[in-house]
Amino acid sequence: MRRWTAVAWGAAGILAVAVAWELYKFLGPADGFVVGAIAGETGSGVMLLPRTHDRAMPHLWDMVARLFESTSGGDTPPLIVSVASAALLTLGIAAVGWLIGVAVGMLLGLAMQRWRLVEWGLLPWIVVSQTVPLIAFAPVVNVIGNQIDRGGFPWPQWVSVAVIASYLAFFPVAIGALKGLGSPDRIHLDLMRSYAAGYRSTLLRLRLPAAVPYLLPALRLAAANAVVGAVVAEVSIGMRGGIGRMLIQLAGQGSSDPAAPWGPTFGSIALGLVAAGSVALVGLGLRRYRRGEATA
Amino acid sequence: MKHSIRRALFGTAAAATAITLAACTAPADTGGDGDFEPLTEISLQLQWLPQAQFAGYYVALDQGYFEEEGFDSVEIVPSGGDIVPQDALVAGDVDFAIAWVPKVLGTLEASGVELTNIAQVFQKSGTLQVSWADSGIESVADFEGKRIGSWGFGNEWEIFAAMADEGLDSTTVSITTQDFSMNALLDGDVDAAQAMTYNEWAQVLEVVNPETGELYQPEDFNVISYEDTAGAMLQDAIWADTARLADDPAYADAAVRFLKAIIKGWVYSRDNPEDAAAIVYDAAINAEAAFPVGPVHQLWQMNEVNKLIWAGGKFGLIDAGAWDKTVAGALAAVNQDGLNLITAEPSASAYSNEYIEQALAELEEEGVIVDGEYSPIDVTLTEGGQ
Repeated sequence: MRRWTAVAWGAAGILAVAVAWELYKFLGPADGFVVGAIAGETGSGVMLLPRTHDRAMPHLWDMVARLFESTSGGDTPPLIVSVASAALLTLGIAAVGWLIGVAVGMLLGLAMQRWRLVEWGLLPWIVVSQTVPLIAFAPVVNVIGNQIDRGGFPWPQWVSVAVIASYLAFFPVAIGALKGLGSPDRIHLDLMRSYAAGYRSTLLRLRLPAAVPYLLPALRLAAANAVVGAVVAEVSIGMRGGIGRMLIQLAGQGSSDPAAPWGPTFGSIALGLVAAGSVALVGLGLRRYRRGEATA
Repeated sequence: MKHSIRRALFGTAAAATAITLAACTAPADTGGDGDFEPLTEISLQLQWLPQAQFAGYYVALDQGYFEEEGFDSVEIVPSGGDIVPQDALVAGDVDFAIAWVPKVLGTLEASGVELTNIAQVFQKSGTLQVSWADSGIESVADFEGKRIGSWGFGNEWEIFAAMADEGLDSTTVSITTQDFSMNALLDGDVDAAQAMTYNEWAQVLEVVNPETGELYQPEDFNVISYEDTAGAMLQDAIWADTARLADDPAYADAAVRFLKAIIKGWVYSRDNPEDAAAIVYDAAINAEAAFPVGPVHQLWQMNEVNKLIWAGGKFGLIDAGAWDKTVAGALAAVNQDGLNLITAEPSASAYSNEYIEQALAELEEEGVIVDGEYSPIDVTLTEGGQ
């Protein structure tokens, strides 16, 4: 019963966005509302209300109808098919990136929890790593990948994309693992010690189970990050076939075919939901360790 | 990639041979056998996504012209992301690259690398500045006090060069970045938007005018063509690595064979624009997994690109006058940050007609008409170019 209520609320949320879009489109000014514009000076003033005409805000039914028209005219498949196949490709790469990120993040978390010195030495670098802009980092990975490829070891472009996705994904996992592994109460650790349990059994029987409520949100964040990373990396290094490339390419038709760019936009939203939803499945399997966590 | 190792090994061997022979021979005989093992696999970096702007290369691939010139495998690498063609060429990711002349001149001066323009595919500039018919903007001089859109990323230098010729700079003209659609013009965010004859100009004409319910017509706009201004610069050219051309006879030989294949591709595109547009469109939607604007738009693009290529002379020859004009514009242009594109003349190695002349001569012997005129066709645009 509770599940159906949740589904109903979710659907109501989507409906509310749709209604708000159409309502504003109906009520709002077609050319927007600008204050402080100086006559004869194009682009002056501040736009307070965005434009509502069909190029700026296509009707929802036009966007949906566009999904079932051919992507690029001619014999090309319906837009929705192109979007789905592009999204699946990106999802697969993001999943690889997520796996790499989770593995690296877990190892870093374990090492930092085990040795204080490692934590002191590594944690600042891990934080700094996330301040490097992705658009600066992605071409570097691409160049290194190309060099490895030329060196005789095959390194297709999608590997670079997965590596960049993992670069964003490992961060929440490393932090979550560090925090979670350190979360057991003193009294429980003392109990393990009184049993003469070594590091490994303390880790397996106490620390890892205690870390689950911290790790699950971290994994979900990592999934969302991996998707964002994969989309941006695709655009940045020019990989073919994914949803990021499709977004860029259809954006160029924004004037003459305004509903088209919304197809890949919906595709990337669906992609993020699927990625986060898959992590929720991991959570189902670990239900008995999730006592402390507010269920989401 | 296997061939890379072979090429590297081979390059060393070739360089050694060249040094040994340098004393007694003229520049390596590119046609001779035994001196080197000919390259059979090469790659070409484009400067944007697959579209009819690059028809000649996709046609050469489709029609087997590369095989005819002895290449087993040619990879055409689209851009459209952060890939800068001349940087990919310098890094050794590709063997040849397509790029606009002013952009490469900037790279050459900024980084000190050496690249050579071996064929000037587009003989004319295709850049336009499009404004509404009632805007009063009919020449570059009218930019004063207006808001002018540009894509940036090196696409803006013709605007600044043309403005410099009129005594205008960014203190008197407001230059703003526009996105890849033409909404900035249609929504009145800019007074005049940058457009290429073969792409964005068509996109404007594929939009329905809400007042008439029909597509916008060319008469609704004022169009300034930079080709008619002092700012005109050379655009799509084929660039090669200068040092490799000099040191590696196999690369120099591959350059000539590569040019022969693409000349045949562009000749086909000149004589069969409909088929060529269809070939690019098919390659884009299938092999490249790209999502180009529809077939009508590609045909428009093919038609306009042909006009830029077949300007009366032979294909791809670099006209010294046009080159000097580009350099002069590049020296004069100052952008909105007060920076010059280049401050000194590029070195003499920045262009060479040696390879294209050899390719043209060999093709003329084979009976290919390499200097034909293009007869434009009529393309009726449709909404969204589908």
